[in-house]
Amino acid sequence: MKRLYKILLFVLLALPVAGLYANEPEQKKEESKELDVRAFILEHISDSYVWHITKIGENEISIPLPVMAYSKTTGWHVFLSSEFHHSPVYEGLTIAEEGKYKGKIVEKDAKGEEVRPFDISITKNVFALLFSSILMVVCIMYVAKSYKKNPLQSKTGFAGIMEMFIMNINDDVIKPCIGKGYEKYAPYLLTVFFFVFTNNILGLIPIFPGGANVTGNIAITMVLAVITFLIVNIGGSKEYWKEIFWPDVPLWLKVPPMLPLIELVGIFTKPFALMIRLFANILAGHSIVLGLTCLVFVTVKLGVGMNASMTGVSIFFSVFIGFVELLVAYIQAYIFTMLSAVFIGLARVEPHHKH
Amino acid sequence: MALLLPESGLLFWMLLSFGIVVFILTKYGFPVIIKMVEERKTYIDESLLVAKQTYEQMAVVKAQGVAIVDEARREQATILKDATVTRDLLIKEAKEKAGVEAAKIIDEARKQILAEKDDAIRDIRRQVAALSIDIAEKVIRGQLDKKDEQMVMINRLLDEINVSKS
Repeated sequence: MKRLYKILLFVLLALPVAGLYANEPEQKKEESKELDVRAFILEHISDSYVWHITKIGENEISIPLPVMAYSKTTGWHVFLSSEFHHSPVYEGLTIAEEGKYKGKIVEKDAKGEEVRPFDISITKNVFALLFSSILMVVCIMYVAKSYKKNPLQSKTGFAGIMEMFIMNINDDVIKPCIGKGYEKYAPYLLTVFFFVFTNNILGLIPIFPGGANVTGNIAITMVLAVITFLIVNIGGSKEYWKEIFWPDVPLWLKVPPMLPLIELVGIFTKPFALMIRLFANILAGHSIVLGLTCLVFVTVKLGVGMNASMTGVSIFFSVFIGFVELLVAYIQAYIFTMLSAVFIGLARVEPHHKH
Repeated sequence: MALLLPESGLLFWMLLSFGIVVFILTKYGFPVIIKMVEERKTYIDESLLVAKQTYEQMAVVKAQGVAIVDEARREQATILKDATVTRDLLIKEAKEKAGVEAAKIIDEARKQILAEKDDAIRDIRRQVAALSIDIAEKVIRGQLDKKDEQMVMINRLLDEINVSKS
C-alpha cells in the first residue's frame, strides 16, 4: 500500500512537468484547437472501421479492419479499411464526415446523395464480439472437456473456478427465478450471462483486443433482448396469456381493453428495459472513464497547478470508477440473466389455486 | 441519437456469432458441465450414504465382536469353574476311594496279622505243650526210677482219679 502511494505521488509530481515540456512548443499552435470532449467520447464509444491504438507524434497507430459492403449498384466490396488512408474515396465508398451517416461507410448515388450500402464490415465492435465469442466458447468447452475426461473428480484451477461461477448462477439465479422446469432454460441463460460478462470485462481492458464498447452498443443488447423476448413468449403458459388478455379483475377494467392493453405493452417493455439497462450502464461506464481521462487534457489551459491537481483527481477517480465498473460488469450480467429468468418464470405461471 | 439506432452490420454479426455461441454452448457446453456436476453431487451423496451405512454396519460388527468376546470370556470362566469343581470332586472321590481301599487293606492286614498271631500262639502252645509233656515225661521218668516211688505215684494218681470220681 505504501509503495502504491509512492508511485502515485511520483506520477502526480511528474505529470505536470512532462506536460509542460510536451506542450510548450505546440502551445501557440494548439491554443485555438480545443479538445472537443463530447466528440472525443462519442468517437470512442461508437463503432469504427479501424482499431485505433495510439498516436505517436504524428503517426496514428491503428489496426485496419476489413470492410465488407454490398452496394446495389456496384456489388460487393471487400478491402482493408487502411485503403481510406491513401484516398478518402475507395471503390466509390467513403466514410461520411457528417450528416445522418457520420462515421459510416456511404456511397454517392446518381443524384449525389449519400446512401448506405449493406455494410457487414468487421468493425471494431464486430471484431471484439467475435474475439469474445471465441474466447468464451474456448473457455467453456475447455471446462466441459475437463469434465468429460474425469467426470467424478473435483476440479481445481480454471475449471474449478468456472464450475463455482456456473453453478452459482445456475443454482442461485436461474433455479429460484424460473422454478420448476428450469433445466430447459439454464444453458441459454448461462450463455447470456457469460456472453455479457465476458464482453463487459473485455470492454474494461483499455488495450487491444479489449476496450471495445460491445455490450454498450444497442444492436448487441437488442439481439439479446429480442431472443429473451421470444423465449419468454414462446414458453408462455396458458395461464400467462389468460392473465394478459382476460385477467381476474372487474369487468369494466377489461371490456374497454384497458388492463389487457397495459399488459400487452408490458410484454414489450420488459425486454425493452433489459435492452436499455445493459446498453445504458455500459455506455455510461465507458463515458465516465473517458470523461475522467479527458479531465487531464481539458485542464491544461488552466495552468500547471490546476492541471496537476486535476490530473491527480482524474487518476484517483479513474481508479475508483475502474473498480466500480468491474462491479458493474458483473452486476449487469447478473441482472440481465436474473431478469430474463424472472420473465421466463413469470411466463410459466400455473393457475392459481382457489381457496 | 446515432447511438440509439442499431447498426445492421453489427446486428448481422451479433445474430450470427451469438447464434453460433448459443448453439455450441447449449448443446456441448453448459449441459455437460451441469450434468457432470449434478452427477458428481449424486455420487458424493451416495458415497456418503454408503460410508455411513458401512460405518453403522461396522459398529454393529464391532458390537457383535465385543459380545462374542464377552461370551467367550464368560464361557471360559464357566468352564474354568466347572473344571475346578470337577477336579475337586475327582480329588475328593479319589481320596475317598483311596481311604476305603486303604481301610480295606489295613483290615485285611489286621485280619491276617490276627490269623498269623493265632497261628503263632497255637504253634507256641503246641510247642509248649510238647515241651511240657517232654519235660513232664523226663521228670516223671526220673522220679519213677525207683519202685516205691512208682507205687506212690500210681496211688496218688489213683486217688486223684477217685477223688475226681466221687
